[in-house]
Amino acid sequence: MEIHEREVWDGNMAASQAMRQARCDVVAAYPITPSTPIVQNYSQYVADGDVYGGDFIPVESEHAAMSACVGASAAGGRVATATSSQGFALMVEVLYQASGMRLPIILNVVNRALASPLNIHGDHSDMYLGIQAGWINVCAFNPQEAYDLNLCAFKIGEAESVRLPVMVHQDGFLTSHTVEVVNPLTDDAAYSFVGDYTNMRPMLDFTKPVTYGAQTEEEWHFEHKANQNAALMHSFGVIQKTFDEYEKLTGRKYKFVETYKSEDAEEIVVAIGSVTGTLKLTVDKLRNEGKKVGLVAIRVLRPCPREEIAMAIKNAKAISVMDRSAPMGTTGLLYNDIAGILLDNGVNIPVLNYIYGLGGRDTTIAHLTKVFTDAEECKKAGKRVKPLIQMVNLRGKELSFF
Amino acid sequence: MSGMKEIKNLKEFSTSVEKFEGGHRLCPGCSHSIITRQIMNATDYNLVVGYSTGCIEVCTSIYPFTSWNTSSIHIGFENSATALSGAEVMYKVLQKKGKLPCDNGKDTKFIAFGGDGATYDIGLQWISGAMERGHELLYVCLDNEGYMNTGGQRSSSTPPGGATTTSPAGKISYGEKMKKKDIMGVMAASGAEYVAQVSPAQWKDLVRKTQKALSIKGPSFINAVSPCPTEWKFEAHNAMHINELAIDSCVFPLYEIEHGQKLTVNYRPKNKIPVRDYMAAQGRFKHLFKPEFEHVIEEFQKEVDARWEYLLRREEAGV
Repeated sequence: MEIHEREVWDGNMAASQAMRQARCDVVAAYPITPSTPIVQNYSQYVADGDVYGGDFIPVESEHAAMSACVGASAAGGRVATATSSQGFALMVEVLYQASGMRLPIILNVVNRALASPLNIHGDHSDMYLGIQAGWINVCAFNPQEAYDLNLCAFKIGEAESVRLPVMVHQDGFLTSHTVEVVNPLTDDAAYSFVGDYTNMRPMLDFTKPVTYGAQTEEEWHFEHKANQNAALMHSFGVIQKTFDEYEKLTGRKYKFVETYKSEDAEEIVVAIGSVTGTLKLTVDKLRNEGKKVGLVAIRVLRPCPREEIAMAIKNAKAISVMDRSAPMGTTGLLYNDIAGILLDNGVNIPVLNYIYGLGGRDTTIAHLTKVFTDAEECKKAGKRVKPLIQMVNLRGKELSFF
Repeated sequence: MSGMKEIKNLKEFSTSVEKFEGGHRLCPGCSHSIITRQIMNATDYNLVVGYSTGCIEVCTSIYPFTSWNTSSIHIGFENSATALSGAEVMYKVLQKKGKLPCDNGKDTKFIAFGGDGATYDIGLQWISGAMERGHELLYVCLDNEGYMNTGGQRSSSTPPGGATTTSPAGKISYGEKMKKKDIMGVMAASGAEYVAQVSPAQWKDLVRKTQKALSIKGPSFINAVSPCPTEWKFEAHNAMHINELAIDSCVFPLYEIEHGQKLTVNYRPKNKIPVRDYMAAQGRFKHLFKPEFEHVIEEFQKEVDARWEYLLRREEAGV
């Protein structure tokens, strides 16, 4: 398959090409909007003989997709899949089982709202639903990043000291269906970076039979989960090393926390996803107006890079945190992370929480300007003078809280 | 063909290499362990085993112990066949790429075990999917006609009149109302190249069917009757007797269907006993012997007779 130095790819194409170049042994998947093109693209690569001998299992549901991935990965090879939204929700049971068995499966999550009401557009409800499933979570904000982070994900998850599954998130439609210029590696260069994978405990080694998915009750369950959590916490080193190697190869630098004009910023917005593009434009606009504003974007969501986040935000005077999922009875997940990190670092500043973009609702520079100026007002007052939880671009009543 | 094992007699069979070890925690008199052991020891293939949540799982793989003397995997209640779908495809891919971790010259086969809860009910879609996709795997249903691991609730395999904890007999109820699902028909229609019913009381038939299922190209399904002393309510030492009553009454006929088309009855009782005798031996049907509920026994007898007649007619017609 011919790959050019510059391609015009959407996020789905970028992810599926990276899966192909990583020479997955097995991909088991079930199509769902907006990740369907990943599954279709991969099927076409298999049909054209472009997957280096791997195979595709067209399962009957997303639960089965992840179940087949678990079986395939335990058997002993490289495995990946993709899903969104309801499919992700259906998979949740098996997400925990994949991580509990320490199987380095790569899952592309093309983020989409969760019903009801049914909605096919992007938000982070699915991302948040799986956040405690014990996977490494990395977030791509555009097609190039979806490509790059997929290649990195294999290397991170499969590292002997990590052995954990990895989710690569990208926003439904805004990233998955938006074509941009992507600079891919050649097949050989990509595979050479990702490297061969050897499962340490394959079921198919009959000289050393293994039992996957044993039962542990009160005598052992806690030790297993605590060690699994420790493996996730200890994966920072491998993630950093992988990002460093990738930068050497491509010149593209990835960090746990991406920052934009935040070094001297007094008001900082923290966010994840494609909104960070609009946020950069908003920062530029406000900087032109003389405001000292900046952006902090979370690249590695789990494990949570608390130290790097603290470094990026601790000198701010006020912070707005953006969550693209309905918090349903409390503050948003990212707000909770940020508030905890600030408290732990003895930083007592106003922090606001904005809920935005649910079900694909547009978020523009005008909306984001208010997110910054609210923070500015709190900074000037020296305390929070705006509601804690506000909805961005919501019609009708404000529905703010606290 | 590598993997086929010649077994001359029961003594030789009982002393052959164990792939399913003792020390498991199944109840005394439970047929699960007998069936599983007979199936696991029926061949010399490399085996990868999957098992669904349920009695067989909670009793065989409690960390740090395992009864499986081969590689095995448990994911959840509904997806053991799907786990093996993935493992089977991985096996073929790694074989093609020359990257199998172990090549000891033997063929590798995949066997999933699940109870009737996993098979008839919660996992039906997953198993049907695995059959339809044509994976080379054998799915074995250990059919004890209820959710016995959680205290004996009804399943769609529970026979009419059976008292379970969610279809209890009471002052006005005779217990389970629904008919047992025809899982053999469902599996044959889903694409299983070979489906068969077995009982551990007919071990030669069980071994032959296991070997046939594993040698066939494509998916296969075995439904094994597994009398449960705890919930069917009989003495543990009577397990094989209950097995015999099940097949001699034709409540659980032993037959096979090849390629979804050719049905063969493999066991014809010399003396077909009344279902009343089968039921009388189990506490779960005790209430049916009250005058107001006896009609259920008669109706069940009619059903069993009609089903047996249907099987014989299909066999005769070669379909």
